[in-house]
Amino acid sequence: MSIWDSEFAISIIPVLLHGFWITIQITFWSFLISLAVGLVVSVIRFLKIPIVSRLGDFYVSFIRGTPLLVQAYIAYFVLPSFGLVYDALPTGIVVLGLNYSAYTAEVYRAGIEQLPKGQWEASRALSLPPARTWFRIVVPQAVRPIIPVLGNYLIMMFKDSAILSSITILELLGTALQIGSNYYRYLEPITIIGLMYLAISFPCSLLIRRLERRFVPTH
Amino acid sequence: MNAVIEFGPLLLQGLWVTILVTVLGALLTIVVAFAAGLSGLSKHWWLRVPSSIFVEFFRGSGLLVQMFWFFYALPFLGIQLTPLMAGVLALGLNEGAYAAEVVRGTIRSRPKGQTEAAIALGMSPSLRMRRILLPQSFPSMLPAFGNVMVDLLKNTSLVSLVTVSDLTWRAFTARTVTGATLELFLTILVLYYLLSLLLGWLTRWLEKKYALDRKSLAKARPLKNLVGGVSA
Repeated sequence: MSIWDSEFAISIIPVLLHGFWITIQITFWSFLISLAVGLVVSVIRFLKIPIVSRLGDFYVSFIRGTPLLVQAYIAYFVLPSFGLVYDALPTGIVVLGLNYSAYTAEVYRAGIEQLPKGQWEASRALSLPPARTWFRIVVPQAVRPIIPVLGNYLIMMFKDSAILSSITILELLGTALQIGSNYYRYLEPITIIGLMYLAISFPCSLLIRRLERRFVPTH
Repeated sequence: MNAVIEFGPLLLQGLWVTILVTVLGALLTIVVAFAAGLSGLSKHWWLRVPSSIFVEFFRGSGLLVQMFWFFYALPFLGIQLTPLMAGVLALGLNEGAYAAEVVRGTIRSRPKGQTEAAIALGMSPSLRMRRILLPQSFPSMLPAFGNVMVDLLKNTSLVSLVTVSDLTWRAFTARTVTGATLELFLTILVLYYLLSLLLGWLTRWLEKKYALDRKSLAKARPLKNLVGGVSA
């Protein structure tokens, strides 16, 4: 038996593509969750409501300070003992989304904080109402530098979704490991999926680097 | 809580393995970061090109995939690593690739006048790097390196998937015996959190200790970090 079996490698590609499709779905839905939850968290922290905002701070710091793998284990193994039984796939999507919401919350905050103070002062001088200050002045200027950062997190989520294979989700890595244990050939499946991750994330990160140069102000 | 107390000694052993993997991984990360980062700044293409291929390759393909590749695929090429070696190697190379960008970016963003003054004083390129650029760059690298180290610590939990008996692995196996899932996982979650807080404090202490001036300390945090720092 040769070290690399090309026939075997080609024969497993359709199955791997199915896993790849699951990975894309996980990434897409988790990203949406992280954008929405991150926004809520950053607004809560921004409003400085006594106890609630501190809880927001703790949420961000705790999630960022603990491993995604353990968070996934807790969601997958602990919730059922409270009678909350969900399939692995939606559980994984929510865990990944919540994990990254702690990062997007920081990104939103940084985007707003890096806005020059003069913008706030000018809005006040023009006596714009708060809603207009936010939606016509702050948000449009904060969004541009945020986009490449969020793009980077999207790529990281794409790669981190592989961790969800540990809670039995058959995404790209899970599929490759299953093929590996069925045929006892690991070299081909793991090498192929490594290249598949690379084939997506490398062009995307090049794209984001171009966006960065265009969108991030130098003030 | 009984399960946590009963399995306390085993969890402590796991904690010790987690710390060991973190320290070994951190050493490898630093070596890789400076080797790849400084090569990336070289004027020779035969150093620059391999460095950027290495960095893009390891940042682009995902840590867990790399770890499994070292653990499951490498033996087919005749190289058998112990689980610990496979785990530390994947962690060090992966985080090192991120940190290499930190090294490269920080050194490149030093004011040009520093390089020019060193040239004017007749310093050779290596002396310029060693005596002028590197010492100035260390303080500004610290925040980003701190982020990489916290990332590394969290990612050490993945070595449990290649059968290294770290904290996560201990909790996972204790769970199958006792069924006390919540207590065990919450305990290790808190332990991981404390360790990353500790790393955060350590970074800030080093930042303060080695700050070049007050201004550089104040601007060490904002968006620039997120944009140019550890992100993909």
